[in-house]
Amino acid sequence: MRGLKFLSLTVAAAAVAATFPAAAQSGDKAEAKAPVHEISTADIPVPPLPHVDWSFNGPFGTFDRASAQRGFLIYQQVCSNCHSMDQLYYRNLEGIGLSEDQVKAIAASVQVPGGVNDQGQPIERPGRPSDHFKAPFPNEEAARAANGGAYPPDQSVLELAREGGPDYLYAILTGYADPPPGVKMMSGMNYNTYFPGHQIAMPQPLQEGSVQYTDGVKPTLDQEAKDVVTFLTWAANPEMEERKQTGVRVILFLVFLTGVTYAVKRRVWSDLH
Amino acid sequence: MVGLHKSEFKNPVINWIDTRMPVFTMMQKEYGSFPTPKNFNYFWNFGALAMVNLVLMIATGVFLAMNYAPNSAIAFDSVEHIMRDVNWGWLIRYAHMNGASMFFIVVYVHLFRGLYYGSYKTPRELLWMLGVVILLLMMATAFMGYVLPWGQMSYWGATVITNLFSAIPLVGKSIVTWLWGGFAVGNPTLNRFFSLHYLLPFVIVGVVFLHVVALHITGSNNPLGIEVKSPQDTIPFHPYYTIKDSVGICVFFIVLAALVFFAPNFFASPDNYIPANPLQTPAEIVPEWYFLPFYAILRSVPNKLGGVVMMFGAIAVLFVLPWLDTSPVRSARFRPIYRQLFWLLVVSVFALGAVGAHRPQGIWVVIGRLATLYYFLHFLVILPILGKLERPLPLPESISRPVLGGGPMPGGSTAKPMEKA
Repeated sequence: MRGLKFLSLTVAAAAVAATFPAAAQSGDKAEAKAPVHEISTADIPVPPLPHVDWSFNGPFGTFDRASAQRGFLIYQQVCSNCHSMDQLYYRNLEGIGLSEDQVKAIAASVQVPGGVNDQGQPIERPGRPSDHFKAPFPNEEAARAANGGAYPPDQSVLELAREGGPDYLYAILTGYADPPPGVKMMSGMNYNTYFPGHQIAMPQPLQEGSVQYTDGVKPTLDQEAKDVVTFLTWAANPEMEERKQTGVRVILFLVFLTGVTYAVKRRVWSDLH
Repeated sequence: MVGLHKSEFKNPVINWIDTRMPVFTMMQKEYGSFPTPKNFNYFWNFGALAMVNLVLMIATGVFLAMNYAPNSAIAFDSVEHIMRDVNWGWLIRYAHMNGASMFFIVVYVHLFRGLYYGSYKTPRELLWMLGVVILLLMMATAFMGYVLPWGQMSYWGATVITNLFSAIPLVGKSIVTWLWGGFAVGNPTLNRFFSLHYLLPFVIVGVVFLHVVALHITGSNNPLGIEVKSPQDTIPFHPYYTIKDSVGICVFFIVLAALVFFAPNFFASPDNYIPANPLQTPAEIVPEWYFLPFYAILRSVPNKLGGVVMMFGAIAVLFVLPWLDTSPVRSARFRPIYRQLFWLLVVSVFALGAVGAHRPQGIWVVIGRLATLYYFLHFLVILPILGKLERPLPLPESISRPVLGGGPMPGGSTAKPMEKA
C-alpha cells in the first residue's frame, strides 16, 4: 500500500497547500495554550518548486549531452537498482551522444533471456542494442518485496507523469531533510520537503559523491540531481530536439504563408470597397 | 427526374462526367458562385475551421490506428511505441491529441458565435439542431479517444463517466455492465471504445454533410442578423470567402503548431502518463478541459441522478433553444439587454470550467451552483421572457447599406423597428 505514495501526487499537494493556512493558525493558537501536539505531515505545506534553468528549456532548448551522459551513469549505478525503464532500447542511447560501440558495450554488460536451447531449456545471452533496458525485478511483486512494499515506478516517462516535470524531479532528489520536530513518520518512510504528504518510501538516493564522474565534474548533490533529471527528461521526450527544430521552421513558414494569404485576401476584396 | 444534365463546362472530360453526374455543377453552385452575405466577420471562419479540423483528426487518426494496439495489456506501450519508434509518430500523435483540443476550441467559438448572432432562429432551427447533434457526437468520440492510451486518467475517467448511467433507476446497473462488457472497465471496454472511436468520426462527417445541406438551403446568417434582400447584399463564395477562410486556416495552423511543437502536453494530465491501474484511484479524477463546465454542473447537484439529468440537460436546452428565444431579432447588436446577458452566460460557462477543475469544496461549490443556476435561468427563463420585454434597436434596411456606407439616407425612418424573419 505504501506504493500508493509514489503515484498519488499532484492534487493532494494542492489540497494541503489550500488547507494549510487555516491549520497553521489553529496550530498557533493551540500552541499558546497546550504543549505541542504531534504534527501530521499532511498539514505541512509543500513549498513552490524551484525553477531550474535547464538546457532543454525554451523553444530552442537542446539536451546538454555531457549532462545527460552523466545522468545515464547515475541511472546505471543508482536508479536502475530499483527503477525500470521499460520503454527504452539500448540503441536509444545514441540519442545522448554515445557511440555505437559504447552502446554495444553497455548492452553487452547485461544478460537477457535468449529464448531456448536445443534441449528446450531457457538460456541467457548478452544484451544487444536492440534490446529493451533490463528491468531490475522480474515483476511488481518482486519489486515490492525488495522495497518494503513500495513499488518503484518505471522511469521511462516519469518526467511527463509528474506535475512540474523536471523541476519536480529535481526538487524531490534535493528535497530530503530531517523531519521537523514533533513530526511522527511512518516506519520505513523518509521525510521529503517537496513530496506530497512529505513521507516518501524511497530513501535519499543521491548524496554528494554518490558517483565518480570521469569528466572532472564535481559530483555534488545539486550536479547529480541536474544530470539525472536531464537524462530522465531526454528519456521521456527523445523527440524533443527534432520537435522544436521542426517547429521553428514550420511556424516561420506558416507566418509567411499567413502574410501572403492575407495580402491576397486584401487584393481580392479590394474591388468590393 | 430522369435525363442527362446540360453541362456548361468546357473541358471535355469534366463535361462528359458532369453530363452524367453533375457533381461539378453542384460544386460550382454550392462553393463557387454560392451567394453569401458580404458582411461576414472573422467569426464566420470557424465553420470552415471545424471542417479542416475534422479532416485533420481523421487523417492523423487513421495513421495512429495503424500502429496502436487496442488491448489493455499493451495499449499504453503501443502509444509509447508510436512516440518513439514510428517515423514521425510523435508528430502524428501530438497533432491528434492537440487537434482534439483545438477542435473543441473551434466548435465552442462557432457555437457561441451562433448564440451571439442568433443563428439558431427561424428558418435555421434544423441547421442549429444538427450542429448540437455534431457536438454530442464529438463529445462521445473525444471521451472514447481519451480512454485509448490506457493511462490512469483514461481508466478512471472511463469508470466515472460510464458509472453515470448507473443513476438511471432500475436498469442503470445493467446498462453499465452492458457498456463495460464486464463487471468493471477492462479489455472489452477498451476494444469497443476503439471500435466506436473509429466509427463515430465518420458519423460526424455524415451529420456535417447534412449540416451543410441545411445551411445551403437557408443561406448563412450574418453579423446584422437580417435576411439577404437583393443580390447587392451578397458576393460569390469563391473567391471572397475561400480566401478569407484561408487566412483563418493559416492562423489556426499557427496555433496548432505552437501547441504541437512547443507545448504538446499543455492540455494533458500528467496522470495519463502513468499506466492504468485498477487498484489505485488517482488523488483526483479530472476530465479533459473541454468537459469541465459539464463536469461542474454534474457535481453542483447534490443528487446523482439529478446531476446526470442536469448535465445532459445543459446540452438538451441548446437543442430546443430556437423555441426558447422568443425575440424575432437575431443579432445581439440590436438587442441591448440580450447582449449583456450573453456575456454573463460566457462568464458563467468559464466559471463552470474553473469549478470543474477544482475540488468541490468551499467557495467552488457556491460558484458552481450559482453558475449552474444562471446557465439554466438564461435559457429556460430569461430568453423566453426577454423577447417580449426587450426593445430592440432599429434594424438596418439591408446588408449592403451599412457595408457600403450607402449614399445619403432617405428622409424619415427607413429602418424597420423589428423584422419578423
